[in-house]
Amino acid sequence: MNHKSRLLASTVLAMGLTAPAIAQDVPAGASDDVLKIGLVYTLSGPPAALGEQARDGFLLAAEKIGELGGMKTEIIIVDDEGKPDLAAQKANELVLRDNVDFVVGPIFSNILMAIVQPVTSTGTVLISTNAGTSTLAGEACNPNFYTTSYQNDQNHEVMGAYAQAQGYNNVFLMTPNYQAGKDSQAGFKNSYKGGTAGEIYTELGQLDFSSELAQIAAFQPDAVFTFMPGGMGVNLVKQYSQAGLSGIPFLSAFTVDETTLPATQDAAVGMLGGANWAPDMDNAANKEFVDGYIAKYGAVPGTYAMQAYDAAQLINSAVAKVGGDLTDRAALHAAIKEADFDSPRGDFSFGKNNFPIQDFYLVEAVKREDGMYGTSVKEKIFDDYVDNYADQCKM
Amino acid sequence: MMNLFVLQLLNGVQLGVLLFLIAAGLTLVFGIMDVINLAHGVLYMVGAYLIATFAAATGSFWWGFLLMLPAAVLVGLILEFVVMRRLYARSHLDQVLATFGLVMIATEAVKIIWGTAPLSVPMPDVFSGSIPLMGPLKYPVYRIAIIVAGLAVGLGLFVMVNYTRVGMLLRAGATNRSTVSALGVDINRLFAVVFTLGAVLACLAGALVAPILSVDTGMGESVLILTFVVVVIGGIGSVKGAFLGALLVAVVDTVGGVFGPIWLREIMDPAAAGQTGRVLAPMLVYILMAVILSVKPAGLFGRTA
Repeated sequence: MNHKSRLLASTVLAMGLTAPAIAQDVPAGASDDVLKIGLVYTLSGPPAALGEQARDGFLLAAEKIGELGGMKTEIIIVDDEGKPDLAAQKANELVLRDNVDFVVGPIFSNILMAIVQPVTSTGTVLISTNAGTSTLAGEACNPNFYTTSYQNDQNHEVMGAYAQAQGYNNVFLMTPNYQAGKDSQAGFKNSYKGGTAGEIYTELGQLDFSSELAQIAAFQPDAVFTFMPGGMGVNLVKQYSQAGLSGIPFLSAFTVDETTLPATQDAAVGMLGGANWAPDMDNAANKEFVDGYIAKYGAVPGTYAMQAYDAAQLINSAVAKVGGDLTDRAALHAAIKEADFDSPRGDFSFGKNNFPIQDFYLVEAVKREDGMYGTSVKEKIFDDYVDNYADQCKM
Repeated sequence: MMNLFVLQLLNGVQLGVLLFLIAAGLTLVFGIMDVINLAHGVLYMVGAYLIATFAAATGSFWWGFLLMLPAAVLVGLILEFVVMRRLYARSHLDQVLATFGLVMIATEAVKIIWGTAPLSVPMPDVFSGSIPLMGPLKYPVYRIAIIVAGLAVGLGLFVMVNYTRVGMLLRAGATNRSTVSALGVDINRLFAVVFTLGAVLACLAGALVAPILSVDTGMGESVLILTFVVVVIGGIGSVKGAFLGALLVAVVDTVGGVFGPIWLREIMDPAAAGQTGRVLAPMLVYILMAVILSVKPAGLFGRTA
């Protein structure tokens, strides 16, 4: 080994040793005068519709505001393809190569768990606009992690509370047989204390529900509760109405929403869901958001779009508060915590685990006046609702 | 419980009719041409994609259906001419490898042409409701329409196989191929007819389920295994056997799939019961196959060589 290469090697080594130490506090890109934001969403495969809504919601806000926080803004969009390993790799690239100041996304909880370490360990702020796993809300809460959505259990708890309030005593539960499906039934039963007509776990990705629908028809339960995201939900809803079961209330979470309604249309009208917002909420910020989204993309926005829209507003408000100085991390975090923006959903503040404290509603699928389909607020179920894991967060 | 049984029986018959449409082609191709065609499930998928495309282009299920049929004939003829024709003289291993390759090529091609997002096919308005059965029970009209359509095709096939000249050649071919060809029958043309017929039936099955399922690339593989079970139970080369086998397999599968977990729930927690039931239901089908084969080694209507 000659002199030059030895010098090079020791330099590389020295950089390797010191770089993480700096990164603990201030990410590499914080001192330049460009605000860089990386969006990580699932933009291919069957669930792409969800990621596209979120991306569009974020871009809508960014376009409306122009320069976020008064800084020159650069947005880098990456597709995680629904693969956690790929997502982790792309998140690393965003943080280490592109030196982004914020990472926004993803849609799915397994992707979130894969990117949370690579992003937050460098001091970069991660804002989830959909996934909100219980661990990150509870014992593994993280000062560099915020979410503008909800804790995953909450929408299921809304439906449980509604079923309880209706005095149902015989509810049929049906979810796919994987972790989120089991969490869903547990979340429902957190707030529902009545009896069940059946607790069924279907195969993940099942498309023909004739057997399950036959059981529902035979048992004639007070109501059905289900969690069937994506294509499963589209098929279930269509087959449910074809089977003539529309007389039995259909309670759901993440099943009947603006991403599936274009496919199910009239078949879903009247079905109930739990959500933190609906496009017909009556406030100025919501009107601006929904009208802007429909004008730009020709579709009704769902919660995925709304929550991403709020993430852009959140970044805008926080960066403006610190005057574009991203190197003072304590000030930046304090500014984010203030959540000083008008959310389309109305009340919004951060709890101690950086998860939102917000209201939850019973929503119903309707055909809108403009001929498109969307959800509509029926009644408020929870006011300023805090998730069940916040107490476990030591932060 | 009785209500549930009746509903599941209807669901079983509906699935059975679909399995029959797919299995009829498979059993003829295997019985007469002695070709193992793993790509048969692909044809089922292609049928669904064809109707999805045509229905979207014309805005009507019926036009989509009518256009799907000639397209399916074309797909069958092209596949026979380009691939199958080269496999007749090859060993079964070569056939399995080649048709398995075809499955992968077709699946990728479908992804490239139509994308990975599932497509949906509008249900014809006439069939979109449900009819009351007994008490509060209702059954979707469209599923009844599938049963009727499947039975009609079955009847047509029965007449064709038993009372026409082509049918006579088919039966003769399934029994003793070399004698048929020695008697001066153009065996190549017969094979092309058989393969195309099978392809059209599989496409038809795919087109029929398209409005109740979403159309995606995995749909072919999910039915192929059950179809092979049907062919083995029914007896290779026998259309009658495929019909009875399909109904038997489907009814055992659907009724077992529901009543298994219900009985198991008495002794286990629901998640475990649901999972065990789902594992047990397909096992029932194979147990059925084992029992039938132990009594009749060539299947219900198969001829021992």
